Amino acid sequence: MGIYEEIASNKRRSYLLIFFFMVFVIFVGFVVGFFYGSTYFGVGLALVIGIIYFLISYYGGANAILAMTKAKEAKKPEYTYLINTVEGLAIAAGLAKPPKVYVINDDALNAFATGRDPEHSSITVTTGLLDKLNRLELEGVIAHEMSHIKNFDIRVMMLAAVMVGITVLLSDFLLRSFLWGRRGRDKEGGQLTFVFIIVGIALAILAPLVGEAIKLAISRKREYLADASGALLTRYPKGLADALKKIKSDPDPLVDHANKATAHLFISTPFRKSKRSFLKKLYSTHPPIDDRIKRLEGM
Amino acid sequence: MVATWIIIAVVAVVALFIAYIYNSLIKLRMRVKNAWAQIDVQLKRRYDLIPNLVSAVKGYMKHEKGVLEEVTKARTSLMSGSTQEKAKASNQITEALKSIFAVAENYPNLKANENFMQLQEELSGTESKIAYARQFYNDSVMAFNEAIQVFPKNFFAKIFGFHQKEFFGAEGVERKNVKVEF
Repeated sequence: MGIYEEIASNKRRSYLLIFFFMVFVIFVGFVVGFFYGSTYFGVGLALVIGIIYFLISYYGGANAILAMTKAKEAKKPEYTYLINTVEGLAIAAGLAKPPKVYVINDDALNAFATGRDPEHSSITVTTGLLDKLNRLELEGVIAHEMSHIKNFDIRVMMLAAVMVGITVLLSDFLLRSFLWGRRGRDKEGGQLTFVFIIVGIALAILAPLVGEAIKLAISRKREYLADASGALLTRYPKGLADALKKIKSDPDPLVDHANKATAHLFISTPFRKSKRSFLKKLYSTHPPIDDRIKRLEGM
Repeated sequence: MVATWIIIAVVAVVALFIAYIYNSLIKLRMRVKNAWAQIDVQLKRRYDLIPNLVSAVKGYMKHEKGVLEEVTKARTSLMSGSTQEKAKASNQITEALKSIFAVAENYPNLKANENFMQLQEELSGTESKIAYARQFYNDSVMAFNEAIQVFPKNFFAKIFGFHQKEFFGAEGVERKNVKVEF
């Protein structure tokens, strides 16, 4: 798949994500409205809230993510070398404008890119990464992030981060309102209500799971692709392979301010390592690092 | 009557086809132009940094005037000339800078100078930006040259007056220049 198909597919994925999110929001509004007397009011209110939430997350999501991870903007002269590397690779990728550069004060070796499009994007690295990687390895990591930006991966991943989060919250709310609503309406509870309850509960449980799974599936394939197109930018796959090796052997992969909503953004999973069971593999945010190293070394 | 409509339809389809090809070629040519502008920006940046470096180094390197003159000479030949001449001058500067920084190793005072260290970082950053800009430019040129040579685009390329673009410097060596560890 070429880069232009990749970009088109990512834009499509973003629309799908927004569409599913809206369907879910409307459904929640309908069900809540149904139990409180007016479905029209419920749907209307949900639509307004949903659209506002979407706009806020589309235009402010990146800043929210940066704030959540406690990233600070990198400035010259302290980070001249990092900023130059990012600007250089932005040129190599043919971006009109280099992404902003942020730093997280953390010993862990990690990095991520976010933003809604290449013109409004940023790359964040931990200070640990800057200290422990050499020039070639850092170039490899930055090139990987630059590919996420160029491919519009960042848009899908950002929307996933902010929308999946709210879906979980809403399902929780939905589940609660069922338990409430039933208490007050026991006498009139016809068959229709019963069906709604079943469907609603099923959806309330399933939606976050499905959302989570989609998010992860998106992210894992992305990592291989970004590795490959990053190698094309530096023309030196070994740089990223060596960086991944260092990241893998680092005893402290934990980024203090990473959480479930932001985990899939990072270049390597920001949580503590544990034995991989089949289910864990299915739900993990990143492909096995050994596999990525092997693929890079085979290039 | 029907025949007229068919003719109109065929003409319309052909016109659309030509417009599509024309636009795709224009797009590729724009990319080459933008890529060239990127190289120019970085060459200019280095051009501006060199006098600062020379004045920072002058006081320390009394015995190596030759190295400094070399870089100054290459600098003046950089801002004019064809693609090939620019590429040549650019490579000369890269080499001259390399020897300056190699010589600087012998001057501990200079190496510890804050101003010199920053200039060194900036110049090596610019050096690798030039290499990346050249890589992107050459990729764009390759895509463009390929496009105007394949059938049926070659036919229209001739009509619209699209010509092959020159590569910047020798192909395949760009990566070597980035590997300069100052």
